[in-house]
Amino acid sequence: MRKYSIFAVAREAMRGHKGWDKQWTSPEPKKEYDVIIVGAGGHGLGTAYYLAKEHGITNIAVIEKGWLGGGNTGRNTTIIRSNYLYDESAGLYNHALNLWEGLSQDLNYNVMYSARGVMMLSHNVHDVQGAKRHIHANRLNGVDNEWMTPEQAKAFCPPLNISQTARYPVMGAALQRRGGVARHDAVAWGYARGAADRGVHVIQNCEVTGVRRGADGAVEGVDTTRGFIGARKVGVVAAGHTSVIMEMAGVRMPLESFPLQALVSEPVKPIFPCVVMSNTVHAYISQSDKGELVIGAGTDQYTSYSQTGGLHILSHTLDAICEMFPIFNRMKMLRSWGGIVDVTPDRSPIVGKTPVPGLFVNCGWGTGGFKATPGSAHVFAHTIARDEPHRINAGFTLDRFRSGRLIDEAAAAAVAH
Amino acid sequence: MLLIHCPYCQEERPELEFRNTGEAHIARPADIANISDEAFEVFFFLRDNPKGLTYERWRHIHGCGRFFNAVRDTVSDKFVTTYKAGLPKVAVVRADDGSVRVSDRVEGAGL
Repeated sequence: MRKYSIFAVAREAMRGHKGWDKQWTSPEPKKEYDVIIVGAGGHGLGTAYYLAKEHGITNIAVIEKGWLGGGNTGRNTTIIRSNYLYDESAGLYNHALNLWEGLSQDLNYNVMYSARGVMMLSHNVHDVQGAKRHIHANRLNGVDNEWMTPEQAKAFCPPLNISQTARYPVMGAALQRRGGVARHDAVAWGYARGAADRGVHVIQNCEVTGVRRGADGAVEGVDTTRGFIGARKVGVVAAGHTSVIMEMAGVRMPLESFPLQALVSEPVKPIFPCVVMSNTVHAYISQSDKGELVIGAGTDQYTSYSQTGGLHILSHTLDAICEMFPIFNRMKMLRSWGGIVDVTPDRSPIVGKTPVPGLFVNCGWGTGGFKATPGSAHVFAHTIARDEPHRINAGFTLDRFRSGRLIDEAAAAAVAH
Repeated sequence: MLLIHCPYCQEERPELEFRNTGEAHIARPADIANISDEAFEVFFFLRDNPKGLTYERWRHIHGCGRFFNAVRDTVSDKFVTTYKAGLPKVAVVRADDGSVRVSDRVEGAGL
């Protein structure tokens, strides 16, 4: 793989940009691999990358039914933060945040991680108490998060309406300065390039149609639309379709799949310097480097695989955006889309082993998996390579719904993750 | 937004009047304090989450306020049928052209 650098750009500028390598290849699937990863989103490609880079396992196939990064990796609002309440969550998401900071250098690929700050608004006494509880819990876990008065919040984000006559007045905010955004496509592409360079096969347009298990119950490989592919270890990283894949292996999951929507406005000049979230009025917003306002809406109330959601979900979010930022009242929305998110009962992910020997699962990221991509991939690679979880994902087991050791972030993080 | 037929009001009304209340035909164990952890996990946490036909409960919360069951395709989001709570699970069949209709056959016990 030719390294990307300013010298490479200069050299290629002289040669008409004819010397660039393909970032990854499209090989024919082999009959057997050491590890198969089902799902070429950020989490799956990252898992393959860290398996190859840190565990010396390079005989890997990442199988994807569509195109890489075409699922929730390419559909989310790219928000990155780690200010979760519980110790397990803070550990996992902060592990990811630490990796985000060096990810562009590690991958030699600009993922455009921008630590512009994530500000979460409080609109009532309950919000204020909850936010301060988070701040103190975060401080004890070494996660940065600080309290802002309405005036400080306004200074940090000038378009914010802090009028006390607003329907939901801003009473303060919690700010995580290390939080921010990254370029979602670049994360998938960067991991794919880094993995392919180490010998990983990224096989697109190849849908898994069955999971084969031997007489001893252990996994033997997967049937696909391009034939059977064998492997002693299979990692399922299929987001909204995890229930479907796991059912092929005979495992019923504590998951439900819901549509989650997002939308962007017409592009405008830089006006919005950070990320603002409000769980109470339910909206989150940032501005992309292209100039579009990127707005995240909520999930629909019913399970679905349709990748579309109801219009009233979007309009509900836009009501909140216009309330908090009256300056955006007359902006035109450019497009909206939906993805299918897999939600667990305690709103925390499942990263670990399954009752089937050789079958691993990384799922349940719900409405907020993008921020965890590097950390999730890193600890999942460790789990697959060593056949035991990393200490950071040790609590995120599938059997916690039997033991009762839930990581109940549902109440802690309200709606948005 | 979905349009949902309430089997009690006998009217098709917008989704905003309804609350989805999850998978249908899950029996609450009669002696719940004494069931095993495995049985509780199955009852409380594990869900079919099918890609295709799903049996789900809805409540007409801003109408008659009553619970009922529905069969819906989670790929097209189209309803096959809705029926009153307590009735047996309605069997449905998929025709060769992909359309789904209610079968004459009745499956299982009512809940």
